[in-house]
Amino acid sequence: MKKLNGVAASRGICIGPAFQFHRIELDTEKKEISDPNAEVARLDAALASAKSQIDLIYQKALTEASEADAEIFQAHKMILDDPELISTIKNRIQCERINSECAVSETAEQFAATMAAMEDEYFAARATDIMDVANRVVRVLMNVADSPTADLKEPAIILADDLTPSDTVLLDKSKVLGFCIARGSATSHTAILARGLGLPAVAGAGLDVMDVKTGATMVVDGSNGVVIIEPDEAIEKQYHQRMETSKKIQSEALKFAQSKAHTKDGIEFEVVANIGNVEDAKFAVENGAEGVGLLRTEFLYLERNALPTEEEQYQAYQAIMDVFGKHPVVLRTLDVGGDKEIPYLHLEKEMNPFLGERALRLCLNRPDIFKPQLRAALRAGVGHNLKIMFPMVATVSCVRKAMKVVNECKDEMRKEGIPFAEDAEIGIMVEIPSAAVIADQLAKEVDFFSIGTNDLSQYTMAADRTNPKVAELSDAFHPAVLRLIKMVIDAAHAEHKWVGMCGELAGEPLAAPILVGLGLDEFSMSPPFIPLVKQIIRNLTAEDLVKLAENALQLGSPKEIQVFVKREIPFIAEVIS
Amino acid sequence: MKEAKVVVNNKVGLHARPAALFVQTASKFQSEVNVSCIDPKENKLRTANAKSILGILTLGVFQGIEITIKAEGADECEAADALVELVKKNFGEEA
Repeated sequence: MKKLNGVAASRGICIGPAFQFHRIELDTEKKEISDPNAEVARLDAALASAKSQIDLIYQKALTEASEADAEIFQAHKMILDDPELISTIKNRIQCERINSECAVSETAEQFAATMAAMEDEYFAARATDIMDVANRVVRVLMNVADSPTADLKEPAIILADDLTPSDTVLLDKSKVLGFCIARGSATSHTAILARGLGLPAVAGAGLDVMDVKTGATMVVDGSNGVVIIEPDEAIEKQYHQRMETSKKIQSEALKFAQSKAHTKDGIEFEVVANIGNVEDAKFAVENGAEGVGLLRTEFLYLERNALPTEEEQYQAYQAIMDVFGKHPVVLRTLDVGGDKEIPYLHLEKEMNPFLGERALRLCLNRPDIFKPQLRAALRAGVGHNLKIMFPMVATVSCVRKAMKVVNECKDEMRKEGIPFAEDAEIGIMVEIPSAAVIADQLAKEVDFFSIGTNDLSQYTMAADRTNPKVAELSDAFHPAVLRLIKMVIDAAHAEHKWVGMCGELAGEPLAAPILVGLGLDEFSMSPPFIPLVKQIIRNLTAEDLVKLAENALQLGSPKEIQVFVKREIPFIAEVIS
Repeated sequence: MKEAKVVVNNKVGLHARPAALFVQTASKFQSEVNVSCIDPKENKLRTANAKSILGILTLGVFQGIEITIKAEGADECEAADALVELVKKNFGEEA
């Protein structure tokens, strides 16, 4: 038995066989061949099956991801059909009498290098595509599996260094029990994927993860950030019991998911979802979301080559709004810049992307991005309960500038005779400490606040949440962050405005009593967390929690606060064990 | 051989989706089709196979650049006309 400690990246416990996720090593060494014609025939056969593989992935991406995500595989097919590329490869096989593996990879590298040398991010991305395609052809030639999880026969725990977005497309999600990642943090790609799927995950568990043998029994405790390899009988039994208990709680919570969340003393809290596309929207409704507290719009902008048009955005927003009918949908305007790559925007590399021209700052400088999005959103809001929210607000003047653009869009549409949601509420994310400090001033400018605890924590604590060495500091349970949250809620209520929360903290069972005590109006979270948070709220008495929250804010550390809540509200300790 | 000149006026030039459409259209014909343009940076004539997405992309045709389409083969007139038409219509996008 061996125990590894990491970061609790996604809640829950799973027990099962380990599966080492390896990207396959390709052998592209140069070898002389005797029959060039036969070699070309071998290449042709490989090209044909690579093409049918890409077709399959394209179809899969269309149903699982979005059309924009799928488009990348269409580009792959065109590369595979490219006469220049293919004739160069065949020429080399014929003239130099070399094996296909080597001819494919070397030729692709040349083409990719030409693309990469054009010093344009768009071409750099195509260079990656060429290599992706070449590697696929080589895999076919070598006769190795296309998906690293092709050998996975029964559901298992995925072990990896870290997973990239393209790895996760190839992952058969029905065969995954949970994740254990050597590197990464609670906000890495794998962690976000796991939370979206409602599967347990531990990140940053250290390089020992890579030594675990495929098939070894292991436990991933995503609630406490603990991994146990080959647990002894007693420990395994213990975890089985905990897993059963938490399953029971979860399924019971799911039964009541569609009912409202009233505290015992009859105060209703709105529990809504964080979503990023129309599939999430349906999943959210199944889990009892009473609307959307955060609609991330980045999905429309990623993995493509040009800005989405107003019409395209209008249709995408409308499809999501339709799922929610008259329930509120809070649409966050584009939050990119700095660390998020969108090649066609040609953003400059920044020294400190998190402190740079991000989100609203970028949008205010780029009306060509901002206006079509606002117009599309306002149009899609007709007949629905649309609310628009700006991310990364630091000052009153940025809110006023943004409002000015909203009013310009409305004036234009009025003149053009285009119908739009005239009285959509406009709010801001509170995620920069300055916004929390001047919340009383900002509350006069907007209709609502939504507290983004992930960024608020990292900016307040000056600790990068993607850097494993300091990520622990960036904890929303820290009294410094909780006190800011109290300031924001109090300031909004003084102006009779409502406050939501769309950061991770809103879905944390241990945070619920504090947030109810502070008077938060709306809780927004990943859909899988909704049933449990609703169930917790139903078992709380709001009146008693005002004092509890006050006392919690006087404590010295996140740990002390969590221990205090567990002691005061013992049933939550049981729920999350 | 059929030769035609046309100015590329859509926003992104021969990149991304327009480049893909261009190659797909050229590939429908039997004729060999080449595209050439003057590289504005080096003031040099550059030519690419119109059926090669990689060739077209590396040609680097931006908005406002004039390209020369040369088609040779059984359906050379149809090929050149179809491509000119595609460019003139801004690939079905807003200019």
